[in-house]
Amino acid sequence: MAENNPQARTQSLSFINPRTIEVLTKSWSYLFLLGLVIYFSVTGTGFFSVRNFASILTTSTLIMLMSIGQTYVVITAGIDLSIGWTVGLSSVTTARVMRDLADSGNDIAYAMLIGVFAGLLVALIPGLVNGVLVARIKVPPFIATLGMFGIVRGAAFLLTDGQQVVRGLSAELREALRSIGNGSLLYYIPDDGFHWFALPPDLEPQQLRLVSQLLPYPVIITALVVVIFAFILARTKFGRHTYVIGGSEEAALRSGINVGRHLIIIYVICGFTAGIAGVLHLFRFTAGAPQAGEAALLSSVAAVVIGGTNLFGGEGDIMGAVVGSLIIAVLQTGLVILNIDSIWQFIVVGVVIIIAVLVNQLQAALERLQANV
Amino acid sequence: MSDPILAATGVSKYFGGLTAVDNVDFAVHPGEVVALLGDNGAGKSTLIKCISGVYRPEQGRVEFNGEDITHHAPADIRSRGIETIYQDLALAENLDVGANVFLGKEVTRRLFGIIPVTDDITMREEASGALDELDIHIPSLKQKLVNLSGGQRQAVAIARAMYWKAQLVIMDEPTAALGVPEQRKVLALIRSLREGNIPVILISHTMHDVMAVADRMVIMRRGAIVANIPRAEASEELIVRHIVGSAENGESAVMI
Repeated sequence: MAENNPQARTQSLSFINPRTIEVLTKSWSYLFLLGLVIYFSVTGTGFFSVRNFASILTTSTLIMLMSIGQTYVVITAGIDLSIGWTVGLSSVTTARVMRDLADSGNDIAYAMLIGVFAGLLVALIPGLVNGVLVARIKVPPFIATLGMFGIVRGAAFLLTDGQQVVRGLSAELREALRSIGNGSLLYYIPDDGFHWFALPPDLEPQQLRLVSQLLPYPVIITALVVVIFAFILARTKFGRHTYVIGGSEEAALRSGINVGRHLIIIYVICGFTAGIAGVLHLFRFTAGAPQAGEAALLSSVAAVVIGGTNLFGGEGDIMGAVVGSLIIAVLQTGLVILNIDSIWQFIVVGVVIIIAVLVNQLQAALERLQANV
Repeated sequence: MSDPILAATGVSKYFGGLTAVDNVDFAVHPGEVVALLGDNGAGKSTLIKCISGVYRPEQGRVEFNGEDITHHAPADIRSRGIETIYQDLALAENLDVGANVFLGKEVTRRLFGIIPVTDDITMREEASGALDELDIHIPSLKQKLVNLSGGQRQAVAIARAMYWKAQLVIMDEPTAALGVPEQRKVLALIRSLREGNIPVILISHTMHDVMAVADRMVIMRRGAIVANIPRAEASEELIVRHIVGSAENGESAVMI
């Protein structure tokens, strides 16, 4: 109906190309990340190194995994506050199952495999309950998942008998966990070369300090999860329906999308990626800890928002959450390297979240202006 | 006259002690635009919902293309070709035109021959074709609907109904939220539906719209049909008198 609206014509001739605005507002977080990396590389000694980048990536995996599921939930205009403790529940469950199976004389590899399955499986339960509460009983997501926050927290601590960690993991088991959680598919040693899977056994201590992990296992696993869930969200019917529900639940219902079932699956996915985070946490730190994901919950929501996902639903993507997670991880590491009190990271992340929301609003306003509505 | 495509006979719907629709006979023939008029609470929307399956009438029978669709589920009735375009349009405004025309029925292609992925290019092309057929031009089909005007969104909703081969389109106050040029465009769309031999039931309070496009005016009052006037015999005054109830009782038009 633009032909009936002469104003629309004039507007579309205006000097700002809407595509430019869109690209700028959508990619500001990428540019911000790049700026941060450049800033810390210039000012912080030792920041710009393969070793440090691998470490940042490894640090980011916890938040990133949680933010993947969270992105799905937030796109449907929901939020999952319980996943911080789901990480812990999963970590603790995995640790206990591995310990008990290993202690009763089973093969370590078998114990670990079953433990991982148990940890991932148990993470689906809070997701499923959240989904049923939100989708079928119409409990607001904030409330449903806040309730689950308490329940899962309690359950995780019950499994450690109130302790901070699961006790009694054998040295052998811990070593096996460490070999994956702190291992890398590919190592690089200066003046020595590349090594696949493991380091040569006869390394000098000073050589050991120079080792770079080029492909840490937690990063590879997280990258796989990112690719799979980014693909599902961006390219499949399931992903499209997620956006439809976030845009208008009414439209989704009337177009025949099974909204209830879809929402339940999405909360289960959110629990699942938190479960992967919990299992990985156990492998990295070799201790099943109920509070493993406690601090990461808000960071994961922050990562989602920084990445441009709209808290009111309908907009966002996984790559945004990935970039948001990296920004937080870079800040955490960069501030430490600059010898700035790490407390500042909270303030900086807070400011970045607010910038993110402002940029989103600016983007919406500019789009409306361009379309002359 | 040809057989009606839609025939509701003896339809009644009660809400507790209230009779919302009272033993109504209502028929629509191929290619006609029927305006459904009446004051607030006259039963227009309830009657429409009894047809689209949202409500189950307590009495009576609804037939579409000769088949009994009384008490069928809304989704089933839609799939048979009765498309209702509500005031809120039921669109996902965060998505583009193609996605909205194919809402819930996305076209997929196989990536590497195995993984089904949404085929946005095909959907956009098909949507573009549907819009062309209705002579609607939207500058960029990649635009999210939130950035389109009210009339353009209405057009997308109509194009969707057309694309999915609607055989009867029910429109609830389609021009209520629109500016004058856009209202005209929507009326033109209704005419092009009629030219395509697709009947339209138009609920409207805007007498101008009704006089401009309707072939027949059906007027409801207190749940019953009180008048059924062909376009040739209709005048705004006559319609208003039926709506307020002074035509059949000989009361003064000034009530309330």
